[in-house]
Amino acid sequence: MEQIVEYFLAALLVIGGIFAVIGSYGLLKLPQMMQRLHAPTKATTIGVGSALIASMIYFLVFEGKISWHELLITLFLFLTAPITANFIAKAQLHRAINKDELPPTGVGSEWATYDPEVKTVDPHLLSDRDPG
Amino acid sequence: MLRRLYPHPLLTLLLFVTWMLLVNQFKIGSLVMALILATAIPLLTAPYWPNRPKLRNLPAFAAYLLLVMWDVVIANIAVARIILFMRGDQIRSAWIAVPIDLKSPEAITILAGTITMTPGTVTADMSACGRVLLIHSLHAPDPEAIVQDIKTRYEARLKRIFA
Repeated sequence: MEQIVEYFLAALLVIGGIFAVIGSYGLLKLPQMMQRLHAPTKATTIGVGSALIASMIYFLVFEGKISWHELLITLFLFLTAPITANFIAKAQLHRAINKDELPPTGVGSEWATYDPEVKTVDPHLLSDRDPG
Repeated sequence: MLRRLYPHPLLTLLLFVTWMLLVNQFKIGSLVMALILATAIPLLTAPYWPNRPKLRNLPAFAAYLLLVMWDVVIANIAVARIILFMRGDQIRSAWIAVPIDLKSPEAITILAGTITMTPGTVTADMSACGRVLLIHSLHAPDPEAIVQDIKTRYEARLKRIFA
C-alpha cells in the first residue's frame, strides 16, 4: 500500500516539475512580451499545485496527520498571482504598447491606463514611453 | 448585541479559519487566540469597509471555486500544448474587449482574477467607466467565442453569487 502511495507521490512531483519547466521554457520561447506573460502565470500553477497535493498526501499517509498549510498556500497563490500578472500587463501598457493597438472600449470612455482623468500614474513616468 | 460584536460574520469566520490553518494543529491556546483575533480585527477595521460586499449564495461561491480550480488544470494543459507544439508565428495573440454587466467592485475583481488564472487569458486593464475589461489572449483564433465563454461560464455565475 505504502509503495503505491510513494509511486503516486513521485508521479505528482514529476508532473509538477514538468509543468514548471514548460512554463520557464515558454518564457524563453514565446516571441512577444505579452505572450511571455502567459507562460509563468499559468503553466506553473499546476507545478505548485501538484507539489502541494503531494505534500498533503505525504503527511496524511506517512505521518498520520492532516496538514493544512498547503490549503493556505493555495489561497495566497490564487490571491497574488492575478495581481502580479495585472501589474506586469499594466507596465507593458504604459511602456511598450501603443494606444492604437488596443481594441476600442465600445462604451465611449478610454481604457483606464490611458485616461487623463484617471490620475493614478505620475506623468513623468509616461514621458519616456517607448512607442514600439 | 451579537450583531454589534460581530459586524462582519464572514470576515470573522475567515480570520478564525486562517489562524487555525496557520497554526496547523489543534490546541486550546490557539483556539482562544483565533477567537480573540476573529473578534478584534473586524471591530478595529470596521471603518475601512463601509460598503461591504453582499455574498448572497455561499454554496454557489464554493461551487464557483471548484469550477475555477478545474479550469486552471485545463488551462495549464492547454497553455503547455501551445508552448510546446506551436511555432511562434502560428500563435495568434489578440487583445479582446469584454463588456461586463457586473457592478460590485469585488465581483469584478474576482472575475478579472478568474480570467487571469484560466485558459490563455490575462486581464490587463479596464475602461475608465468600469464597464469593459481589456484582456490579452495567448491564442485566440475566435475572439468572440472567448468573450461568450467568459460571460456565460464565469460572469453569469458571479452575478448570481453577488447581490
